Amino acid sequence: MHRTGELYGHFETLEQQKESAALGMWIFLVTEVLFFGGLFLTYTINRHAFSAAFGAGSNTLDLTLGGFNTVVLIMSSLTMAMAVWSAQVGKKQLVSIFLIATVVLGTIFLGVKVIEYKQKFDHHLIPGAGFDIRYHAEHPTAADNAGKIAEEKEELEKAFAKDPDLNAHAQLYFSLYFGMTGLHALHMIVGAGLLVWLIKGSFAGRYTPKYNTPVEIVGLYWHFVDIVWIYLFPLLYLIDRHH
Amino acid sequence: MSKTPPPSPGPNMPHEDYLNATYGLKSWLLTTDHKRIALLYLGSVTVFFFIGGIFATLIRIHLLTPTGYLVTPETYNKLFTMHGVAMIFFFLIPSIPAVLGNFLIPLMIGAKDLAFPKINLLSWYIYLIGGSFVLYSFSTGGLDTGWTFYTPLSSVYSNSAVTPAVIGIFINGFSSILTGLNFIVTIHTMRAPGMTWFRLPLFVWSHYATSLVMVLGTPVVAITLLLAGLERMFHLGFFNPALGGDPILFQHLFWFYSHPAVYIMVLPAMGVVSEVIPTFARKPIFGYSFIAGSSIAIAVIGFLVWAHHMFVTGESTYAALTFSFLSYVVAIPSAVKVFNWTSTLYKGSISWDTPMVYALGFIGLFLIGGLTGLFLACLGLDIHIHDTYFVVAHFHYIMVGGAVMGYVGGLHFWWPKITGRLYPESLARTAAITLFVGFNLTFFPQFILGYMGMPRRYHTYPPEFQVLNVLSTAGASILALGYLLPMLYLMWSMRYGKVAGPNPWPATGLEWTTPSPPPTENFDVTPEVTWEPYDYKNRPDLGLTAGAPSPAPAHGDD
Amino acid sequence: MQSQLPLYPEQASNFAPQVDNLMLFITLICLFFGVAITAAIVIFFFKFHRKQPNAVGVPILGDMRLETAWLVIPLLLAMAMFGWGAVVYVDYRHAPQDTLDIYVIGKQWMWKAQQPSGLREINELHVPVGRNVRLIMASEDVIHDFFVPAFRVKMDVVPGHYNTMWFRPTKPGRYHFFCSQYCGTNHALMGGWVTVMEPSEYAAWLSGSSGQGDPVVAGEKLFVERACSTCHSPDGTGRAPSLNGLYGSQVSLADGTTVVADDAYIRESILQPNAKIVARYQPLMPTYQGQLTEEQILALIAYIKSLQSQPAPASGK
Repeated sequence: MHRTGELYGHFETLEQQKESAALGMWIFLVTEVLFFGGLFLTYTINRHAFSAAFGAGSNTLDLTLGGFNTVVLIMSSLTMAMAVWSAQVGKKQLVSIFLIATVVLGTIFLGVKVIEYKQKFDHHLIPGAGFDIRYHAEHPTAADNAGKIAEEKEELEKAFAKDPDLNAHAQLYFSLYFGMTGLHALHMIVGAGLLVWLIKGSFAGRYTPKYNTPVEIVGLYWHFVDIVWIYLFPLLYLIDRHH
Repeated sequence: MSKTPPPSPGPNMPHEDYLNATYGLKSWLLTTDHKRIALLYLGSVTVFFFIGGIFATLIRIHLLTPTGYLVTPETYNKLFTMHGVAMIFFFLIPSIPAVLGNFLIPLMIGAKDLAFPKINLLSWYIYLIGGSFVLYSFSTGGLDTGWTFYTPLSSVYSNSAVTPAVIGIFINGFSSILTGLNFIVTIHTMRAPGMTWFRLPLFVWSHYATSLVMVLGTPVVAITLLLAGLERMFHLGFFNPALGGDPILFQHLFWFYSHPAVYIMVLPAMGVVSEVIPTFARKPIFGYSFIAGSSIAIAVIGFLVWAHHMFVTGESTYAALTFSFLSYVVAIPSAVKVFNWTSTLYKGSISWDTPMVYALGFIGLFLIGGLTGLFLACLGLDIHIHDTYFVVAHFHYIMVGGAVMGYVGGLHFWWPKITGRLYPESLARTAAITLFVGFNLTFFPQFILGYMGMPRRYHTYPPEFQVLNVLSTAGASILALGYLLPMLYLMWSMRYGKVAGPNPWPATGLEWTTPSPPPTENFDVTPEVTWEPYDYKNRPDLGLTAGAPSPAPAHGDD
Repeated sequence: MQSQLPLYPEQASNFAPQVDNLMLFITLICLFFGVAITAAIVIFFFKFHRKQPNAVGVPILGDMRLETAWLVIPLLLAMAMFGWGAVVYVDYRHAPQDTLDIYVIGKQWMWKAQQPSGLREINELHVPVGRNVRLIMASEDVIHDFFVPAFRVKMDVVPGHYNTMWFRPTKPGRYHFFCSQYCGTNHALMGGWVTVMEPSEYAAWLSGSSGQGDPVVAGEKLFVERACSTCHSPDGTGRAPSLNGLYGSQVSLADGTTVVADDAYIRESILQPNAKIVARYQPLMPTYQGQLTEEQILALIAYIKSLQSQPAPASGK
């Protein structure tokens, strides 16, 4: 399609173009809600069926790292909103600064996620033949607090008493944990890519009060990804937690 | 502005159109023109139709004798599975929306293109990638899970190439989502001046409803099949009872999409019929707002009936009662459409051009398909006929009798617009009648087979079912002829057909005010719409003498 | 027997007449609408056929009264169908108190049933006429579905769930049952016969005195009915060895030894299939201990003996 300035040839006006882009993004986000919705439904049904196992799985997650990541992500939403505002009021330099801040915060989130995944790997909590929910309690490393390990052991024994098939059901929990956080992380990576593309545009000074649709719709996407995490965090980390 | 659209150029005047604007493979593979993308889709869905059709032929030949005529049980199971997967996901779902919808929606609403032309091209590539995965699955071990992929058969027990097929359908889902998204945005924001919502052609309304289903349903089936695929690859247990999962959950998630998917197939066909009937009866459609509203009603209520596929899984009696009730409710808007189409014929000036033959054929077959749905929605009856040939016959009446008749009829109706050429009329009419007869002969006996108790997906059957099976196979050979004929003469007509001119029927839509084939930008000047839909009375530009008396509209309701 | 082209299966349970009446009711309503609409289309088509090439139709935009009528009347009829269907369905779902409980297990690709007395059957189900029977069903692998057309009953058999269904046979005879939920390769072979017997016959059958004729013929029938043929295909391509030419031959076993296939070996292989595993095959066969009377085992051996004259497939598949 021919393009005149910011206006693509098949649109009549910039307003029409902007309205289309925003509506398109909103509809896309609706499909995303349904996409994650299937996972949330599967999670809910299994949680209801195997609450002991899901509680035990939830207990193995690191609340500090999870909480830290939640704060990071909320901050990134703030910087993203600031970037959109800066574009709307025409502060071209601020646009770049806030976009860079957003992408940095996003990267920190992903980095922490990698640390968490690594921990699960070390504790034999990757679903598959080697999965063992007891592994960490039985093979503590020097860094672990002995008291905590004893507590963990006791908790696990209680859970096993409630659900003898705990190991299999905890695997379901971790399948969902990796499935949901993995899909979320994938969305973060896509978002980071979009941000880099925006930053390039912002260096060229492309976003002005008249034309800032890309910043706005990537902003919508970024907020959506944050909101998904706001649901994932309590579901995976907080519910049924004992310590 | 005058009361009429701008005058069209003469029928034989050469002009630059979307077909001859640029040349070369690259100009097609990198095009963002919705009309060219529609043709890319036309080619690719035809390939899948052929693949699915060959499987169907083999199935029907195999079932000639009770012990099975042709293939081993393994092969038979692969044949019906691959027939279903190719036809449903790669032919029926994209056929009308991605080919006719893509081509026509911008033309009908007076836009230069869809809102997101690049995303439109991307959808086609996603379709190709998804299709390649599925063809890879077909050619390396095949697929024997049934198109429904019920777990744990698909996720644990099947020895066929399930994983690539599931990945392929997952990927293809995004093609559908993006097409739906594109249509919704386009219909909202790209309408020409004067093209109000209630001046939209009903084809556009039905595609709006279809797009809602695509956008809201497809993500759920995508994630469901992804979970089933992950379960198979990594031995997870979401749906596997041996590992704590529940196979019934898979069915709920699967049908949450796959029931509305039926409406993805049939709603656009209803849109085609709603265009064809007023054109060849030369009068406004009866009850425009009821037909438009019923499309939306079908899309919305269609999301609330999925568990009627699960009446015999042991679901609770209350759930069964609710879903049976809602299934009856969703039948009403379809009935409203049929009544309105029939009433449109009253005091018309009816011709039997080929698209009209298809449209009337559609009504007949859809009527049988829809009415037999009432049997299946009935709880007390469904127990007996569930998973028998009654179901097979029912959904073929809807999907083949309905959706495919609509698609082929629509292709004929807009063929002059797409190619600028006319097809041989009497041959086309013969083919349409052949299709109608062949179809009924193939599938009507299956209703009886089903009630007699022949379960579906059987490679061998008790001898008492043979007579009806032979009848069905005989019908299928007529049906095959009915499909081959249009394929041949339509291709022939692209080069040798009579030049059509901008509006051969004539019809009232905006797409007929621009030359055939249309220029790349669709309209030389952005049109302004000043007339109501399907209005023949106030359109002197159509060149029709208002030969029939035209009194004031009776009982106008909108 | 019914005519050459029957339209409905035999009515052999309490549900059959109810379902057939419901079918008739809905068919009549649908026929009415189908015929009325088709007739309207045909009449309009000819009556309002275009007379001059340039003629246009009379514009009629709609009619509120008609729209209301065809919204409300079909809805009322639909509710009637729904209501009647619901009543029948509730009957299906509420088994009476005094049922004869039979356990049914589906596995790829056979049905196993166990009578209250403990008697086991494979791909066979014997029930007394006039008695309320409840099937309690489970699956060992994938989803199956137990379907008896003559009884108009059907229920999915889902792994991880127990589904039940009930019926009251009303007419003695032998009726097909099928697996009607697609379950893999031999889905279509996963069926058998329900035998409805007079109560006295049923009691006699339970105590194991079922008279048979020629043992080879009886054995061949058993061989098919008990799903032996599902795995022991004559050409040796099944999941179990071919039995052609087996009797009296040397059989190499998985543990490296060989054994002569005599009566004792065949009997042991039927009752304790895992005692001696044929080389290159998996121990897949279920035990038939307690499911066959001595007479039936003899009949099976007689049939396997008769296969001696058949050509054996080339060894080493």
